Amino acid sequence: MRGSLRSRTIKWTLHYAVLLIYVVAALFPLYWLVKVSITPNDILYKQGTDLLPSRFSLEHYATVVGKSDFLLFFRNSIIVSGVTAIASTLLATASGYAFSRFVFRGKFWIVGLMLVTQMFPLVIVITPIFSIFGVLGLTNSLTGLIIIYTAFNIPFATFLMQSFFDGIPKELEEAAMIDGATRFKALVQIVAPLTLPGIVATVGFCFTGAWGEILFALLLNSSASTSTFPVGLLLYSTRATVEFGPMMAAGVLALLPVCVFFFLIQRYLVQGLTAGAVKG
Amino acid sequence: MASIEIANVRKDFGAVPVLKGVDLSIASGEFAVLVGPSGCGKSTLLRLIAGLEDASSGDVHIDGRRVNDLPPRDRDIAMVFQSYALYPHMNVRDNMAYSLKLKRTPAARIAEAVGGAAAKLGLEALAGRKPRELSGGQRQRVAMGRAIVRNPKAFLFDEPLSNLDARMREQMRFEIRKLHRDLGATSVYVTHDQIEAMTMADRIVAMNAGIIQQVGTPLELYDDPANMFVAGFIGSPAMNFLDARARRGEHGIAITVGGTAFCTLPQSLSLPEDGHVKIGIRPERIRIGASGGEGVDAAVDMVETTGAASVAHLDLAGQPLKVFTTERLQFAQGQRVPLAFDTGHVCLFDGASGDRLR
Repeated sequence: MRGSLRSRTIKWTLHYAVLLIYVVAALFPLYWLVKVSITPNDILYKQGTDLLPSRFSLEHYATVVGKSDFLLFFRNSIIVSGVTAIASTLLATASGYAFSRFVFRGKFWIVGLMLVTQMFPLVIVITPIFSIFGVLGLTNSLTGLIIIYTAFNIPFATFLMQSFFDGIPKELEEAAMIDGATRFKALVQIVAPLTLPGIVATVGFCFTGAWGEILFALLLNSSASTSTFPVGLLLYSTRATVEFGPMMAAGVLALLPVCVFFFLIQRYLVQGLTAGAVKG
Repeated sequence: MASIEIANVRKDFGAVPVLKGVDLSIASGEFAVLVGPSGCGKSTLLRLIAGLEDASSGDVHIDGRRVNDLPPRDRDIAMVFQSYALYPHMNVRDNMAYSLKLKRTPAARIAEAVGGAAAKLGLEALAGRKPRELSGGQRQRVAMGRAIVRNPKAFLFDEPLSNLDARMREQMRFEIRKLHRDLGATSVYVTHDQIEAMTMADRIVAMNAGIIQQVGTPLELYDDPANMFVAGFIGSPAMNFLDARARRGEHGIAITVGGTAFCTLPQSLSLPEDGHVKIGIRPERIRIGASGGEGVDAAVDMVETTGAASVAHLDLAGQPLKVFTTERLQFAQGQRVPLAFDTGHVCLFDGASGDRLR
């Protein structure tokens, strides 16, 4: 008994040690972000490697909010990510449902084509997209970003939604249709509530994807009025200096909406990403 | 209540024909059971009646009205699925009320209808529960309740008892039958279980390979099967089939099995030219050890007993033969026993096509 108790203790200690290493490795950069953002400028470099600064100050936050375009970038990011998330999810829900439920001509090729779009790096299509968007007047506009993000999100989001719909028995819709519902009503009243975790997971995935995207945001939109906050963060880094304090403060502020968003949906997210894992 | 007419219905899935020209009429108030092995097309036929599948050709009429182009919601039928298909996010009450809500029935009427159905099925205490909090039998009852609150023209059942254990199945069989007696609604019931078909049906529709093999009352199918498929599918233990030769003689048709005389059948039966036939005889129609039979004997291979009955597995000229009896049998392996049977219970089938020879 004592032997087994000791070996169990060792096992659990090891278990938690490994978890601790992982958590520290994952969260340390975040801690550093917050630490730098609240360190006053005069000791930022003097106490650069200390784990805690000797004094705290919110001066960087004041700089970011009061003396920069950060609020504008922030607003742009919210618009772009929010609209992208909603548009992608609506379209992916519709196409995922069609892939899950209908047999139609060309389905195989459409799925194949969507997979192909996931295979190559975005960087190789950026030049043609830039020239096409230029002609269409979609550079330097939030609409252009929304279109491109939505387009690139749809394939993966569609497969995600399709797998959630696949997990809902077809008989439920059939029962609803026999009970007197149209297919659309059955989708809205019976299937959608059951797919809610999946829908929320898809919204979350599309939102964070658009929120942190920088490549297209940087290349398509050069004016400050249409920049998103990842581009805005770069403004703190110039050829001569890097303003670490304000940059980190802006980073912390940019994290907040995502944190709040995930805090609100985490219950659904855990359900959504594990749905179908266990029958029942 | 309504009649259902199916006229020359064909259904292909791609290049695969599933229903190959089905004609069937189900009378108003009848309890019809579609029975057959997996893949015989029975569920597809039911789904065609429900409107969940479209026929490739042919017509479906419900209550005299052609419904081919009507969506399920406009056919006024109710269906009970094998998986029950209860809405998981709604409680028992809402599951049962859903169809009435869609029809914008006044709340008071809904409460009355749901209450009535719940009382009939013993579900009152469960009204507030979600489907996942119910046992298999209770879910089955809710699915039935959802069907009966609507007072539909016809009930369709798609293997509703398959997911229940044997005891529960027996009880639900009885309850569904009783419900049908009370409501008198036209019902079409799909099953692969011939016991369910025998015990529940007013009429059985036996199907195989997309074709209706025979339609009739349970005892008609049992006593007078149209072909070897029906003869072998209906009844447990299954009918014995023996390879045999038939030759027309002066006193009747002489049947030989493995070169030995087996029995003599009436002259009136038709025979195939080559004389190759199968004879079918039900296990309970053969008696062991009785005198006065046709003078056939067989070797005992094994005896199975359930307490109430015994099944003897015999070897007759190299062909297996089962005998079912309520007597307790005590035989040694290899022991030869005399067999007796009434030739009136022998069915004759064409050796090649399997069709009944009459």
